[in-house]
Amino acid sequence: MAQKNIYEYDAKKLIASELPKYYPDFDYHNKLVVINCETDLEKTISDNSWINTEKVVVKPDQLFGKRGKANLLLLDANCDEMKDFCYSNLDRVCEIGNVSGALKRLLVEPFIPHEKEYYVSITTERNNDVIHFSFEGGIFVEENWDKVVHVPIPVETDINTFDLEGKIPNLGDLKDTIIPFIKGLYQVFINQDFTFLEINPFAITKDKKVVPLDVKARLDNTAAFLHTDTWGNPEKPIEFPAAFGQIMSAEEKKIMELDEKTGASLKLTILNRNGRIWTMVAGGGASVVYTDTIADLGLEKELSNYGEYSGNPSQEHTEIYAQTLIDLITENPDPKGREKYFIIGGGIANFTDVKATFGGIVKAIKKSVDKLKKANVKILVRRGGPNEKQGLDLMRQVGEETGIPIEIYDRYSSMTRPVARMVEKIRGE
Amino acid sequence: MEDYELFNENTQAIIYGLQAAPVLRMLDFDYVCRRKTPSVAAMIQPTQEAAVAYHKVFWGSGEIVIPVYKTLNMAIKKHPKADVMINFASFRSAYDTSKEALDSDTIRVVVIIAEGVPERQSQLLNKIARKRNKVIIGPATVGGIRAGAFKIGNTAGTLENIILSKLYRPGSVGFVSKSGGLSNEMNFMIAQNTDGVYECIAIGGDRYPGSRLIDHILRYEANPKIKMLVCLGEIGGTEEYEIVDALKSKKIKKPLAIWVTGTAARILPKGLQFGHAGAMAGSDRETAEAKNKALKKAGAIVPTSYEDFDKFIKETFDKLKSEGKIESIKEVDPPNIPLDYNEAVRLGIVRRQTDVVVTISDDRGDVPTFAGFGLDEIIREHKSIGYVIGLL
Repeated sequence: MAQKNIYEYDAKKLIASELPKYYPDFDYHNKLVVINCETDLEKTISDNSWINTEKVVVKPDQLFGKRGKANLLLLDANCDEMKDFCYSNLDRVCEIGNVSGALKRLLVEPFIPHEKEYYVSITTERNNDVIHFSFEGGIFVEENWDKVVHVPIPVETDINTFDLEGKIPNLGDLKDTIIPFIKGLYQVFINQDFTFLEINPFAITKDKKVVPLDVKARLDNTAAFLHTDTWGNPEKPIEFPAAFGQIMSAEEKKIMELDEKTGASLKLTILNRNGRIWTMVAGGGASVVYTDTIADLGLEKELSNYGEYSGNPSQEHTEIYAQTLIDLITENPDPKGREKYFIIGGGIANFTDVKATFGGIVKAIKKSVDKLKKANVKILVRRGGPNEKQGLDLMRQVGEETGIPIEIYDRYSSMTRPVARMVEKIRGE
Repeated sequence: MEDYELFNENTQAIIYGLQAAPVLRMLDFDYVCRRKTPSVAAMIQPTQEAAVAYHKVFWGSGEIVIPVYKTLNMAIKKHPKADVMINFASFRSAYDTSKEALDSDTIRVVVIIAEGVPERQSQLLNKIARKRNKVIIGPATVGGIRAGAFKIGNTAGTLENIILSKLYRPGSVGFVSKSGGLSNEMNFMIAQNTDGVYECIAIGGDRYPGSRLIDHILRYEANPKIKMLVCLGEIGGTEEYEIVDALKSKKIKKPLAIWVTGTAARILPKGLQFGHAGAMAGSDRETAEAKNKALKKAGAIVPTSYEDFDKFIKETFDKLKSEGKIESIKEVDPPNIPLDYNEAVRLGIVRRQTDVVVTISDDRGDVPTFAGFGLDEIIREHKSIGYVIGLL
């Protein structure tokens, strides 16, 4: 949990409501409509009459950029053209970068005629934030990155008295528009706990109004409790969508909901449902090391999941987590009948009770004996911490009672010993 | 205390929060280290009504009371020698409480345990710490330990683990990591392959930790009792490049064994939270591979995977030892912590004579009876004193 992407729609709405507090000249049209597969298009158009009367822009709002280059940007369109674009693109599968996914969400807004496109973004560092500005905004900003001015702003700077105009040369007539706009934007950035904000491009109309055209933003979701009046309202929190093309499976959703209910941490991402290696590793740090070692030793193609459990979860929650994984492992036995591996790993815990958490895992194993045998699952265990002896004994016993092959390693074996052991076995096949 | 030291065997801490279990663990650690004074001076419980309350806790085979104050201000005034605050406040109040401690004149080190402190608040706290020359450990950490001297909260887990990891006496290795969970694993692994840990700090997994890996490495470098350095870095951020720079400029002269975790990020979907909050590579430079490569090039001892890390640590230590740079440690047996009475009864290893024999009740059943009337019945029915006396 920390920096989370938000939809362009939400980012613009947040700027629209907050920016006038610091930059009163900001006179945003606030005409933004999201169209998804369930939207009644005719009703939306009649509710938002400007779609009929003005020229509009339509583009996907699913956390990916370079939409112009991908030919997914409809500009200067009338209502019929907009409808055509929606019908022909919604639910269409396309490839962005290396990820394929369906277009599920389009954003419609008024078309703003403009000649020049400007670039501004704000990033954070340990001791300061950085404002990045360029006269050469738009789709070629990366090619023109040498023209971007970077202005570091030390933490706790009063931006109103900060000499920003001195740092951005050649503003000319636009100084009185661009400087207060950026200063206002910076205050929204700080006060709303943004961690990244990029407006590329923004336009300036003939009457000197700033209009953000494309916006990308991340919020610090740990700060939600400070923003219950804006984006952190627990009744109606802002959405932190998954990256484009990533659809959350039922199992991932279940674990996420469980995670939200407890003070402990339970995380699950499925990488390959048919893989032969599944991991249930305790601790954020250890889970990374296990995943690394599996990849470093050349078994990344067989790795099925990434996840971790930590912070002393209850026996019941650990059981649910283990059961979810066991169900996934046994769902599709290997077509060639080869062994599947379930690695129950972890370092030496500071305070997570090994006996209690392993008690939960053992219960799940006992309930799944037949499936585990049918799917030819081999279990490898390594763990230490409070009540480690009793915890490992529970595992040993369940192996003896059920006949499921379980190899057990204690603190005297290296933490990633099960991975090395599994590699030996798979290479010997 | 030297500049490069955060704690010694006289360090005392104020604990923010009524944290009975970690406090008992700290005091048990003190006892096995043969500390003269308990490492906990006081606790803070802002929700209590009284200005001061007391908490009773074991100190070896005896018991002591630790004062529990309503406010930090009062605790600081009463315990001016306590220069560490271990902050167990939640992510909601971690900022205000840590700021108060940093603003005080007596607190030198603030440990923030909470996970989920907003990044902006961490930046602000770091600024105060820099200005006032103070040290923050955390947020999102278990803390750290100076072997044989001072232990932060739950660090290093149970007493059994402390004994097995030889943390009751200092070794020659200075260790720092991001992960608190792994620090415990590493303490034991280092004890298995060297003469043990001198000090271990887990800086926490956030994007802007109060003190950084390099801060602790440079402290260890300056400490003549520390002979070699071990560090566990992580994907995301550019902190490890400061270690690279310090290696290049010879600010780090002691051998440094280091591994940056997160090499598998390349096989995971983009945007996935891999491990800790700060663990996300924003650019190629921030990947684990790039950092491991740069560290190796700058002269650090870098294994090919975590699986080999222990071997590399052992080789480095053995080399120093064979060069005569490390003296042998005279091992001592730590004192045993007495078993809790209830636990001993449960295990069936103690028994005791009754202190009092009562002849007015009949104790043969589940409840004592008085003239045939059960004690439970008398209590349940709120019988009067007169009635009870009548039964005797």
